[in-house]
Amino acid sequence: MSQKILLDKVNIPGIKTYEVYRQNGGYASVEKALKTLTPDEVVEEVKTSGLRGRGGAGFPAGMKWSFIDKKSGKPRHLVCNADESEPGTFKDRYLMEYIPHLLIEGMITSSYALGANLSYIYIRGEYMWIYKILERAIAEAKAAGWLGKNILGSGYDLELYVQIGGGAYICGEETALIESLEGKRGNPRIKPPFPAVSGLWANPTVVNNVETIAAVPWIVNNSGADYAKIGVGRSTGTKLISASGHIKNPGVYEIEMGITVYEFMNSDEYLGGMSSDRPLKAFIPGGSSVPVLPAHLIYKTANGEDRLMTYESLSDGGFATGSMLGSGGFIVYDDTSCIVRNTWNFSRFYHHESCGQCSPCREGTGWMEKVLHRIENGHGREEDIDLLLSIQSKIEGNTICPLGDAAAWPVAAAIRHFREEFEYHIRFPEKIKNRDHFVAEPFESVKHLVSKLTV
Amino acid sequence: MERTHYKQEINITDSLMTRINELISHYPEGKQKSALLPVLHEVQDAHDNWLSFELMDKVAEILQIKPIEVYEVVSFYSMFNQRPIGKYMFEFCQTSPCCLNGVEDLMDYTCEKLGVKVGETTADGLFEVRGVECLGACGYAPMMQLGDSYKEHLTKEKVDQIIADCRDNKITLHDK
Repeated sequence: MSQKILLDKVNIPGIKTYEVYRQNGGYASVEKALKTLTPDEVVEEVKTSGLRGRGGAGFPAGMKWSFIDKKSGKPRHLVCNADESEPGTFKDRYLMEYIPHLLIEGMITSSYALGANLSYIYIRGEYMWIYKILERAIAEAKAAGWLGKNILGSGYDLELYVQIGGGAYICGEETALIESLEGKRGNPRIKPPFPAVSGLWANPTVVNNVETIAAVPWIVNNSGADYAKIGVGRSTGTKLISASGHIKNPGVYEIEMGITVYEFMNSDEYLGGMSSDRPLKAFIPGGSSVPVLPAHLIYKTANGEDRLMTYESLSDGGFATGSMLGSGGFIVYDDTSCIVRNTWNFSRFYHHESCGQCSPCREGTGWMEKVLHRIENGHGREEDIDLLLSIQSKIEGNTICPLGDAAAWPVAAAIRHFREEFEYHIRFPEKIKNRDHFVAEPFESVKHLVSKLTV
Repeated sequence: MERTHYKQEINITDSLMTRINELISHYPEGKQKSALLPVLHEVQDAHDNWLSFELMDKVAEILQIKPIEVYEVVSFYSMFNQRPIGKYMFEFCQTSPCCLNGVEDLMDYTCEKLGVKVGETTADGLFEVRGVECLGACGYAPMMQLGDSYKEHLTKEKVDQIIADCRDNKITLHDK
């Protein structure tokens, strides 16, 4: 069994409640930080830990904290990003639902480190029942003296609230989230200025993912150095992986960084292998925005090394033969799945979720959805594949926020690794009429038809 | 094109107003606009799950902001409805991981059973079926959102049961 630091207590009966959480060592990090550490010392521990942002970007959390403007004298805020919406990702929800006080504790300790006296957890609107769990947990923590004025007699004050969103993937982008928290449409802001200088109500603000903040209590209780001992290289600590698709045991797992993808996929402790006897066709390691990989690049990198569950190993080979750890949204496809259909599905998602501010994204995601839809439905044209590549290249890098890239990359990756499958759809429309076309006749069994024509 | 003007009876009860004031108190003086999204949820839940212009104007008045500031937000976020909708709205997640687990067949089944197409309301106003984007339940697919809760690991039998429970008034949409 690998070490767990986030979910180690999740199975204790009643851990959702304040009393049980406290009896099991909860809020110790707040005591330790407020009584024995300066805010800067907490920041240093987090820097030493090597903890990286768990929302998807993987930016070092301690460094992000150190950017917060303390000189202007403006009020500072910590905002927790609980707008989990990346397709394939459902880890933060698990943590908040089953051990909500861990997040509250992390928010208090982290807010202290940043010198924030007013902090928020922004949760997606659809997680309404978890919003209520968090509201209850905050009320319990406040009643027990962990929030409010002069916490533990330290002179430190903190108010913490949950804010509910309205159903918009884009609000997971930190500046869109801040806009939404100000009661506006979720349009990302042009950076700079970065939130660390001008964020919520133009005050210095740090936005961190739920899982990032939940790791802080362990780091403070033990040490940054101990945290850095877990994992491999620059991928320190543990990571929550939410696994879905054609696997035996879908769900949320806490892994030590550095286990092999093979072990995670096949061991009974984790996914337990494929859900049926159909072979593995493709997988996406970090949510819909990261490149899809074909079977031969999943367990081994292009160099023949074992592929590990780390930031570095999953991106080994760049976009040509690698992908990204992203949010840890691990989606597995067997050979009944259609890559074209899946790519169309994701494009529809990004088109729906584009905020509409930048024309390359607003228009481009719509074009990609339409072109992919016609290919999937048997009306594709030979030139459509290059058209898709052209559209995606015009979105990538040309938008205010990364949603454009997130929409473009999966399309490019699907064509890069599965081009023949697109050609098959275009050349044999009568064979793909049924949406389950690869169930009876998987692509491997008809692939020869395409290659014959290509030569 | 003329916009259909739907009528709605507005009733901001004392308990709703208390909750709204509590939400406003979560933000600093003068930043009450920040309470807009949570307030819209509360107000919509108390008004058959939709927001008329009159209701949005009322929210603007309460938060001391311009009506347009409410309209632009309501039209941006997918959870706010600008027309009367079915009492029980089945919002099936139709993003990839749910499709891998058969949500498309399940939506077809549900629509056929209720005699509607996706996006339509049944004649009695009880049901509506919608396809929505990723709800963060990929490992528990197929699934749908109904009111404030998720119905996961769905099967045809479970959908039948949910429909029956709705008809028998056994489903609580909003846990207040």
